[in-house]
Amino acid sequence: MRSHHDMGGEPAGPVEKTEHDYAPWEKRVDALMVLLSDRERSLLRVDELRKNIEAIGPDAYDKMTYYERWITSITSTLLQRGAISSDELARKLADVERREKAGLL
Amino acid sequence: MEARFQPGDQVQVRKADVPGHLRTPWYIRGHRGEVERICGYFANPEELAFNRHGLPKRALYRVRFRQSEVWPDYAGPAADTIEIEIYEHWLEKA
Repeated sequence: MRSHHDMGGEPAGPVEKTEHDYAPWEKRVDALMVLLSDRERSLLRVDELRKNIEAIGPDAYDKMTYYERWITSITSTLLQRGAISSDELARKLADVERREKAGLL
Repeated sequence: MEARFQPGDQVQVRKADVPGHLRTPWYIRGHRGEVERICGYFANPEELAFNRHGLPKRALYRVRFRQSEVWPDYAGPAADTIEIEIYEHWLEKA
């Protein structure tokens, strides 16, 4: 069966030719990828990034933007590698949400 | 390291339908083409994707296909081609 991401040759709309600026969070995701995959840390390979993007469910894949797919995949890879745990991630996310609500971000 | 195919060889892409991280697009599987060049030898990305070493290195080929062979309803010139880079383990002698 064809995987959802493997869409070469499928019907598609026109290519959007407009340029756009990257949001600061998107640049941070890019930087995160570079830092995690450098020789010293070696916590992520670009092939793993690709594999975990391909693992995103079809609905979510279509709704996500480019860097949303990246951060989803980076998270999956770090969980698979054991670099972080789901519990640590959940607590950190809750902490960030709390700070955001308190206007501290 | 020795490449199994040489430029000019006729090859057919394996029609494998398996899970995993695959570097051969769905639409080209089962099609016949001609080796255009040997691009080099690389660790297998289908293994690297699972954080394994991917060795021994595999030959990567640039394979040229006729558009009209790939797309049954292709309306462009008959001489049009498409080139795709494909790892050796995806190719068979045609």
